[in-house]
Amino acid sequence: MTSGDAAASGPRRADGSEGGRRGYRARAAVTAEAGPAGVTRITRLRSDGPLALRETAEAVYLVGAAAGPLGGDVLELDVEVGAGARLAVRSAATSLALPGGGPDGDGSRLAVRAAVGPGGRLDFAPEPVVAAAGCRHRATAAVALADGAALRWREELVLGRHGERPGRHASRLDVTYGGVPLLRHELALDERGVYGGPAVLGTARAVGSLLLVGPGLAREARTGDGLSVLPLAGPGVLVTAVADDSAELRRRLVRGEMMTGPDKAHESTAAVR
Amino acid sequence: MGAHHDHDPHRAAPADGRALRLGIGGPVGSGKTALTAALCRVLRDELELAVVTNDIYTTEDADFLRREAVLPDDRIAAVRTGACPHTAIRDDISANLDAVEALEARHGRLDLVIVESGGDNLTALFSRGLADRQVFVLDVAGGDDVPRKGGLGVAAANLLVVNKTDLAPLVGSDLDVMARDAARVRDGRPVAFTSLRERPDAPEVASWLREVMRARRHGHEGVHETATAP
Amino acid sequence: MNASLLLLADSRLPAGGHAHSGGLEPAVAAGAVTDVDELADFLRGRLATAGLVAAALAAAACAALADRTEGGPGWAGLDREADARTPSPAQRRASRAQGRSLLRVARAAWPHSSLDALGSAAPDGPHHPLVLGAAAASAGGGPADAAAIAAYGAVTGPASAAVRLLGLDPLAVNRALAALAPRVDAVAAEAAGCARGPWSGLPAPSAPLLDLHAENHLRSDLRLFES
Repeated sequence: MTSGDAAASGPRRADGSEGGRRGYRARAAVTAEAGPAGVTRITRLRSDGPLALRETAEAVYLVGAAAGPLGGDVLELDVEVGAGARLAVRSAATSLALPGGGPDGDGSRLAVRAAVGPGGRLDFAPEPVVAAAGCRHRATAAVALADGAALRWREELVLGRHGERPGRHASRLDVTYGGVPLLRHELALDERGVYGGPAVLGTARAVGSLLLVGPGLAREARTGDGLSVLPLAGPGVLVTAVADDSAELRRRLVRGEMMTGPDKAHESTAAVR
Repeated sequence: MGAHHDHDPHRAAPADGRALRLGIGGPVGSGKTALTAALCRVLRDELELAVVTNDIYTTEDADFLRREAVLPDDRIAAVRTGACPHTAIRDDISANLDAVEALEARHGRLDLVIVESGGDNLTALFSRGLADRQVFVLDVAGGDDVPRKGGLGVAAANLLVVNKTDLAPLVGSDLDVMARDAARVRDGRPVAFTSLRERPDAPEVASWLREVMRARRHGHEGVHETATAP
Repeated sequence: MNASLLLLADSRLPAGGHAHSGGLEPAVAAGAVTDVDELADFLRGRLATAGLVAAALAAAACAALADRTEGGPGWAGLDREADARTPSPAQRRASRAQGRSLLRVARAAWPHSSLDALGSAAPDGPHHPLVLGAAAASAGGGPADAAAIAAYGAVTGPASAAVRLLGLDPLAVNRALAALAPRVDAVAAEAAGCARGPWSGLPAPSAPLLDLHAENHLRSDLRLFES
């Protein structure tokens, strides 16, 4: 079920230096392939440092082996879904982006790369990230979908722990479909005077998005309280939501996902032209 | 003065043979939409026509025309003007040009596209880049001194329409005064007195427009435009 | 900037901008912008998101035209990059409508074969920043000029709409714009810095509330602006 490199490497320090916590450089990977009978098998599952992966019947779980991305951590995750295979990735718990221990307050990084083959489907929906006070975290994800691949990709961000101002957090999602750019989407929590204004997040304490790619999706935009369902120019729909807390954010994203079904004439009153 | 009273020096027959674009402007409530509807009803069997409405607040004018079913829905387009109705017909006509061109692209050969302005003041004037000919609509309830005061729209439109003549006795407006003042400020360009309530087919305006279309078909650059008496 | 570029940056350029509020009208309708301070907050956010995206695309389009050796730049590829950075269908339509209008005036003022090619590459109208970048190049400007005009327009358009919608004191609004000027310059500089990098890496900051407002706007009964 898993390939031989599951325990191939242990945690390494990002800069190899002595003394103080200078962060991990970890590279984990998971590969799912369709077997002869069409059943998906996990053919590679490689944990590394804080990025520990566990396979269950329903999904591969990211298990927080360390508290979360700390300053100085450079974490990479490679996900491959072969032609016709299906893979769900989840996480066991909310992850917390924390300030680093290094003298310079190094930022932390998480980079996910994913590739999905024709007829394959990736459902990537970890629990929220909390941008704790003082953090400097950058999360990037690059997803390459082959023609005919399907995707469900969820990102949720909470702006600080209870009553706390968030640190700096930057995220970027790049998705291509058959080599053509489908979505390039960044969100920067950098300057409160920018993201806290009425054009970006307002007074919201949580923000999230859900990207769906595949057949049978709505082609008309819809909206709700703090919720937008946005058909992209390419074959996908982006649901975005803002909310006062992570629970409400999740409810809105769930509602948005239910609104991504195919357009029906009798629902046209709820649709935006 | 008066040398061009029966000739508009501007071409009404564009080189590319596209539809004639007729602007209809005037103050709020003077009857622009009712006139547009009347012209559509009267001319739709003779001409291939379409309408662009410029509404200030809503698409109410376009909705009115659709509700009245004067034209099929796909021959009516609505343009929003960013709270500046005169800008959209004069200084920056791009949204209206886009709407006209989209209608032309959708329907192929059109004979006439009416561009109805949002209600505005007396200085409103259609750009020559948007309208080949223009009509300015006043109503008698606005006061019989309006033609005397003039204004770009009143003075320069190819046809001045004074509407709601049935109300003249009720609001104390003197139609003779209006006709005399209009003739003076307009260098003799035509004025039509209408009551769209009593004559909803606007025969005076329709016949003027037919003459414009006829002259254009025959390649005449100017149109002999005759005034109709009250 | 030469006088041609000043013409391109002028709000009196007949390119349809007066009928677009850059999301300000729906923000006003939602009660999110009621005074000059909130307008300034709105403009800061818009500048850092939609403004940066537009400036970067304009700079890239300008650089592509200025650097081309043979034939025209691959407009379709850059147009798709603009699509990928504009998840809201309402905003894509508004961008293309304004692109179409700007292309008309640009072809009249600064005729150039690449402007014609841009028009044929996107029959519904190319995205506005692409036309702006190409027009800036045709008018003798470079990527930094294109970025500056785009970033500047990203705040002046909504500011002018706010004066009309809220009856704000135009002097106070201009003071707010003047205070924003260093940020406009910074966004333009950042955008110009990416102009010659790979298009895939151009900035893509999102603004969830702008997207939400843009879609809600289409459903509103009462609206003065197209977007």
